[in-house]
Amino acid sequence: MAQQRKRAKAVASHESFLRHAHFRWLKVAAAVSLVVIAGFAATLVLTDFRLRHTGSSWFGYTSGTLGAGLIVWLAMLGIRKRAMTDDAWSLKAWVSAHVYLGLSLIVIGTLHSGLQFGWNIHTLAYALMMLVILSGLFGVFAYAKIPPILSDNRGETTQKQMLEKIHALDGRLLEVARPLNQEQAALVVRAVRHTRIGGNVWQRLNSRRSNCTTANAQRVLLATRKRMSDGPQAIALDQVLTLLEEKCVTLAKARRHIRLRSLLEVWLFIHIPTTLALIAALTAHIVSVFFFW
Amino acid sequence: MSAANRAAARGLSHVLLEKTDHLSDTIYRYQKGKHVMATPVSLTLRSDCTFDAGKREAILENWNQQTATAKANVRYKSDVKSVTGTRGDFTITLTSGDVVKAETIIMAIGTQGNPNLVRCDGAKLPHVQYQLDDPREYFDEHIFVIGGGDAGIENARGLAEDAEQNNTVTIVNRSKDFSKAKAANVEMMVEAQKAGRLNILSEASPSKIEEGWITVETPEGESRLPCNRVIARMGSAAPRGFVESIGASPDPADLDDKGRLKLKGGIQFTSEARDAFPKLSPQFETTVPGVYAIGALAGYPLIKHCMNQGYDVVEFIAGNTALKPADEPLLEQRLKDVPIQKSVADWLEFLRSNVEILKGLSPLQMREFLLDCAVKVYAENDVIFERNAIGSSLFGIAAGTVKVEINPQDPSITIPIGQGSIFGEVGLISGRRRGATIRAGADCIVVEIPRTAALKLMGSNEEAKKTVNRITTERHLLQIFGSGLQAADIAEILKVARVEEIRPGQSVIKEGLDGGDEFLARAPRARIDREPTKGETQEAFAARVAAEKAAEAEKLAALQPEAQSLREAGIYDIFIVRSGSMTVEKVIGGKQVFLSYIPAGSYFGEMALVDRGKRTATVRATVRSQVVRLNGRLFRELLDNKPALKKKLQDDMKVRQEVNNFIEEKKKKFSGVVDMYSEVAEFLVKQGIGEATDALLIDETLCIGCDNCERACADSHDGLSRLNREAGKTYAHLHVPTSCRHCEQPQCMTDCPPNAIRRGADGEVFISDACIGCGNCQRNCPYGVIRMDSVPPKKPGLLQWMLFGFGPGPGEPDKDWLKKHYDPKKPKVAIKCDMCAGKSGGPACVRACPTGAAIRVSPEQFLDVVKSGGR
Ligand SMILES: Cc1cc2nc3c(=O)[nH]c(=O)nc-3n(C[C@H](O)[C@H](O)[C@H](O)COP(=O)(O)OP(=O)(O)OC[C@H]3O[C@@H](n4cnc5c(N)ncnc54)[C@H](O)[C@@H]3O)c2cc1C
Ligand code: HEM
Ligand code: SF4
Ligand code: SF4
Ligand code: SF4
Repeated sequence: MAQQRKRAKAVASHESFLRHAHFRWLKVAAAVSLVVIAGFAATLVLTDFRLRHTGSSWFGYTSGTLGAGLIVWLAMLGIRKRAMTDDAWSLKAWVSAHVYLGLSLIVIGTLHSGLQFGWNIHTLAYALMMLVILSGLFGVFAYAKIPPILSDNRGETTQKQMLEKIHALDGRLLEVARPLNQEQAALVVRAVRHTRIGGNVWQRLNSRRSNCTTANAQRVLLATRKRMSDGPQAIALDQVLTLLEEKCVTLAKARRHIRLRSLLEVWLFIHIPTTLALIAALTAHIVSVFFFW
Repeated sequence: MSAANRAAARGLSHVLLEKTDHLSDTIYRYQKGKHVMATPVSLTLRSDCTFDAGKREAILENWNQQTATAKANVRYKSDVKSVTGTRGDFTITLTSGDVVKAETIIMAIGTQGNPNLVRCDGAKLPHVQYQLDDPREYFDEHIFVIGGGDAGIENARGLAEDAEQNNTVTIVNRSKDFSKAKAANVEMMVEAQKAGRLNILSEASPSKIEEGWITVETPEGESRLPCNRVIARMGSAAPRGFVESIGASPDPADLDDKGRLKLKGGIQFTSEARDAFPKLSPQFETTVPGVYAIGALAGYPLIKHCMNQGYDVVEFIAGNTALKPADEPLLEQRLKDVPIQKSVADWLEFLRSNVEILKGLSPLQMREFLLDCAVKVYAENDVIFERNAIGSSLFGIAAGTVKVEINPQDPSITIPIGQGSIFGEVGLISGRRRGATIRAGADCIVVEIPRTAALKLMGSNEEAKKTVNRITTERHLLQIFGSGLQAADIAEILKVARVEEIRPGQSVIKEGLDGGDEFLARAPRARIDREPTKGETQEAFAARVAAEKAAEAEKLAALQPEAQSLREAGIYDIFIVRSGSMTVEKVIGGKQVFLSYIPAGSYFGEMALVDRGKRTATVRATVRSQVVRLNGRLFRELLDNKPALKKKLQDDMKVRQEVNNFIEEKKKKFSGVVDMYSEVAEFLVKQGIGEATDALLIDETLCIGCDNCERACADSHDGLSRLNREAGKTYAHLHVPTSCRHCEQPQCMTDCPPNAIRRGADGEVFISDACIGCGNCQRNCPYGVIRMDSVPPKKPGLLQWMLFGFGPGPGEPDKDWLKKHYDPKKPKVAIKCDMCAGKSGGPACVRACPTGAAIRVSPEQFLDVVKSGGR
């Protein structure tokens, strides 16, 4: 029973990953960083401030092992996220630790390097690491800022509903456009057939399209309508214009939705491949250190 | 059909009267290709017809053949209108006017009843239909669906779903709103209308149907519209009225309120309840000798039961009374592990005669009942259940006693409950946790009755219901108020305590009223007929109304002294929430502000009684609820006699007052914050969180839309997600996704033929393997969280996917992969959240959320979520 209630409590805790367990991992990461800084300072003193030797000192080995271990553990998040085992773990806690310990790598890695940079595999590993960390920072920033915007934009409609609505509007458009003349109808057909919503990464990130066929049809037909006198043809055109207007609004919403979702993901396209590259470079770094130094 | 085949095999003279032109209409009406299940598996089939799980078409075809081979005498298109006469000489009249004579009658008409018919010119035209098998069959048509219930809406949506079919679908509803349909269905319909896929005509009804056209009457007048097909889904009349009229004759001594002769002597039902069944003997004989009832009509909806009973009843009628019911081995199995050996019949009689609430059951009902229950023998001091454990079954004490630990701190203090009585009823009524640990006394034999069986028992047996209600209220009172009260102290109060049903949104007490006002408001009012009746002159009418008004005023005046005395003495009734829940609201600064939430098992209304002021807040029901009303005068006396009780109430009150003051204080300073609190709370209550025991919420200031929650759910549950993250309502960034709330009173359970939906040990509502895929629960769940689907095959492991790209990866497999690896003939069953019961780490959806957006809350916690505003 007691266990059951504890479980219920843990589950209900309503804190974001950044505040998880009262910033437990921020504190741990800060402590680790301080210890590393102290170790670095001590080594400096012991080696008479000759930076060159930090790497092969006990500090170098310890911080190197710590850093490499951390990197491997950080990379394991990719597996943790997808392995749905039954035991007690929470991805939120993992991400919380991931972010703060990942940031502490700035301190660990930098001090481990002893600021000895050059055109070599060691510096490559360091640069890759910093790239991963920077992209991670962007991710955290996105996670903190975008969700409420995403939520406000979609309201209570789902992505599927948005697309379905556009599809339905398209159907109606084709029907209503029948009485129009060939040129005008062609515009509508183009708007129906060639309006892009998703697309490649850049298109998805850019919710304003200069070449949207729906917007184009709306613009041209609106101009036509202004030149036209009232009559049956005008009524048909008005119907088309109302639908086009509605489609434009829905399109804007859907594109914004997709843009925001993409923003929440794009940085992973840097974060993950760079992680793989980093692990390769790290392996090379370690091998070279032990065999060729 | 099974009975006719048995009669044919025995060479008895018989005729099977069938309304339609085919056998087994209920099964005939299943959707095409439906997989029919043959549960319960352990029950042996005893019928001349065979039956195995399989496709609807194959099963019907098989029965047709067997019925033909057996030369059963079937008369199709013979709709029975009435039955008169007595055993040995019944006269059966068909709607065609034909008459059939019979010695005995077996009623096996199921529970479908007759669909309500369209009543206007042209209603008989062939394109008016009452059923829709496959909405994908119709193209390029103007279709009118008549009826705004769930069936109508679902049909209309089905027809309009696919734009390719190019149907113009219109739904015609008689009333203004669609109150009979589920909210989720109405919403989707309105969505479809907005998207231009569907037309809705409200306050409308068809007045004429012609080939190609329909005329519809609307508030704006009549309009004639193109129409190629009419689908009428206007509900059906349950067959109860027809059944009750069987063998009945008009009674000249008794008139009903419309001045017609009441019928007398027809088949009696077990109770007035809507879901009651005919009273039956162990041989399935009704209260009209010579008329038997079997199958769904008799309360046995599973096909196997139906078929067995068809066989059995003919055997009984033919004089084979030694035949043991087909469930005998099942019952033996049930009782096998009980350490005391008795025959099945002895057990049944033992339990029936010793447990008070079972006394009114017939042997047939007893058998059925015991199939669901467990008989348990305990040694002295064994724990039967523990305080705070989750459980919703009811226990009856067949022998010995049990001991209730009333003080959690000191288990040695117990009070006994004696033989014949019941316990565990609190969980049954409200679905809440057990209130106390119960241990066995000496020589204790109890029967554990699962919730659904207990509800069925109470629904079919008035005596049992009364007993349970009385005992419940008494225990409830003692438990809530504690403070050394004894049963004798509250006996008076109990005698006049009343259980009241409260509709959602209805208030029980209103801010600003005093005891006198409440008393007057409750006084029964005579209904004054404001319309002149036929043949009444203007003067006579005016005089009558005046006289009625005067009488009413006089009656009111007679009540005034009592009202005044209540007012002066500051007397108010107080209430216990028996089931459901309430919200407390107060007008602050001209606005209704939400103060707090009262779950089932708590009381309210004490403040005014204790401090003799007016009611300080309004209390209304969040969902359909029951409260027990306790008489204020008697309670005041009790308070005066029991200082400890008074002290307890005052202490409780202080806490509540503090909350109220806190909010009032805040309201003055931060009006916006409190409005927000109030509105969010209201939103959540509307979304069913008030009746939930455990619900998933998503904080959309944190949710990144990664759908990891859905994927985790799918991966830990046979590859099917039990939640739809994006769907559902949102307010102030608090999102209630489409996922089970594990309701206190799960409506999904109400109509499940194999009783497959149950409440598990952790309080979760889950669907067992017994599900036959009928879809009733999906229709009954008010939140639309149940999906019908078949379990996809196992996919390659995670590492294989990550390293080599085998399989579809985490989450629900995509359509293409499914198409390749999937057997579409697999039966669909009902799928819903099981709260991840049995998973040591807890709910997968919550564990898999990277940002902490997904949380599960119980009603006690949801107010905290609201207050903290979270984040
Ligand atoms: C969608 C759905 C799925 C289901 N799936 C399963 C399943 O997989 N497995 C399972 O075991 N159970 C299932 N059930 C339950 C089961 O189908 C029914 O309970 C069972 O068919 C009832 O049989 P019956 O003979 O009592 O009544 P019915 O099958 O309803 O037969 C009654 C017959 O009497 C006729 N009749 C009615 N009134 C008159 C009259 N006045 N005069 C003459 N004839 C009349 C009717 O036309 C009908 O043919 C399901 C139910 C539904 C609704
Ligand atoms: C060298 C250090 C790091 C490595 C090797 C690393 C590696 C990874 C990997 C492999 C993932 C899994 C991505 C996926 O499979 O979806 C991930 C996710 C993530 N990382 Fe890092 N990371 C590092 C540092 C950081 C830092 C410093 C931050 C933040 C400041 C960060 C923030 C994140 C976030 C927010 C996620 C997404 C979690 C999710 O959505 O499930 N990472 N990282
Ligand atoms: S399925 Fe629906 S009715 Fe049943 S418990 Fe869940 S939310 Fe409540
Ligand atoms: S609690 Fe478990 S079953 Fe329910 S939605 Fe979450 S993951 Fe799915
Ligand atoms: S896992 Fe969490 S962040 Fe991802 S979609 Fe679900 S609730 Fe949102």
